[in-house]
Amino acid sequence: MNLRIDERKFKRISRRELLKLTPLVALGAFAVPALQKPLLKAGLGFSDWASGKLFRPGHMAPTFADSDLTPFSKFPINGYDVDDPGVDFDRWTLTVAGAVQKAGDYTLAQIQTLPKFTQNTRHVCVEGWDVIGNFGGVRLSDFLKTVGADTTARFVTVQCADDYYESLDMATALHPQTLLCYEMYGQPLTREHGAPLRLNIPTKVGYKQAKYLTDLKVTNVIERVGYWEDQGYSEFYGL
Amino acid sequence: MSTQVIAIENVKTGEVTEAVYEHPLVVRVCHWVNAVSLFVMVGSGLQIFRAFPSFGAKIPQKDLINWPKAFAIGGWLGGALQWHLTFMWIYLATGLVYVGYQIFSGNYKQVLFAPRDLPGVWPMVRHYFFFGPKPPVREAYNPLQKHAYTSAIGLGVLSVLTGFAVWKPVQFSWLAWMMGGFHLARLWHFLIMWAILAFVFGHLVMVVLHGWNNFVSMLTGWKKDPEYLSK
Repeated sequence: MNLRIDERKFKRISRRELLKLTPLVALGAFAVPALQKPLLKAGLGFSDWASGKLFRPGHMAPTFADSDLTPFSKFPINGYDVDDPGVDFDRWTLTVAGAVQKAGDYTLAQIQTLPKFTQNTRHVCVEGWDVIGNFGGVRLSDFLKTVGADTTARFVTVQCADDYYESLDMATALHPQTLLCYEMYGQPLTREHGAPLRLNIPTKVGYKQAKYLTDLKVTNVIERVGYWEDQGYSEFYGL
Repeated sequence: MSTQVIAIENVKTGEVTEAVYEHPLVVRVCHWVNAVSLFVMVGSGLQIFRAFPSFGAKIPQKDLINWPKAFAIGGWLGGALQWHLTFMWIYLATGLVYVGYQIFSGNYKQVLFAPRDLPGVWPMVRHYFFFGPKPPVREAYNPLQKHAYTSAIGLGVLSVLTGFAVWKPVQFSWLAWMMGGFHLARLWHFLIMWAILAFVFGHLVMVVLHGWNNFVSMLTGWKKDPEYLSK
């Protein structure tokens, strides 16, 4: 009934089958110090590429009822450096540059002339915690229109009063829930939360939502991605 | 399922033993790639967990456990995320290839727990845990084994789904919603990891108990003199 072979032949067959697994040794490349870094960089790059593909411009982040809000006192501050970089509110302006028709300095009052939107959205930190906050401000897309930004450019970058810096892909910058935020819980931003102006981006992880903005630039080229990204964190990190 | 059986003749003694081709190449490759990626996913996942070892509020933060860094991969949060976000694709691809292969080759019958396996579960439990008599062995996997493997595959699917809910709670908001939102999805993801680790522990104990011949079959595909063939 069955094929009948001698033991040596069986050993040969077994060995051949075992050898078929040898390509798996390639996974060991992840253990080689010289290869590990570029491999993980490529892996993270692939993840970011996939994240970009998964992003849907018309898909809204979930919004919540006021009763779901995390109390303001329990909304973490999480500055990377100092909680208060000492912004002089009287002299503060947002300096706009790059691929825009109307570059220059914009005061908070000028920004606030744009339609105001408020939203209860989830703020997710890369560390794993999350809170639901109330944010108010103007749509970044409205502001970009006001300054005559070239929205075919790839990035919007921001610079902060505390040396923090960030960059956003244009698709996210134009998302309706992406706000230039000047209010939290109906009150003007406190210094710790990024007064006078911060980013609120419910489709991004927390570190993308820079505080104490001072400069905004529309550009196709970025030398630096962001404070955390340049240390090895995901560049896109869309939620 | 067409199992390949051969008879092996010892040239000196003329003694004949049989061998069965139990594990096709795709299954073996997936098994070992999965073993590696699971190891990396768990290790890096625990390092990610170390950044916020809690499932409660951030303020006030009550840590669940101070997981030792020595039993984690990546060294720091950013490093662990690099490992996790790289190997999740390997983990996912392996799972898809495995499940796809099992379905299209029909080989799933070997491992999938079916209703007809139900009556055989209790005798097996009695044998393993309560010194009961050993039920007759009729196929490669006994009913309890099938139950364990089928559950493990199910847990693998859940680990991916909860993982996507944690990674993309906005783009896959429906997925996160089904799990009670991002916050709970993170907890499910963590608990499923422990369930998988419980399976792995039991699996390794059984591998040790069943010996070398059984272990080698996951390398060569061939199992010599399996119990279910013997006279």
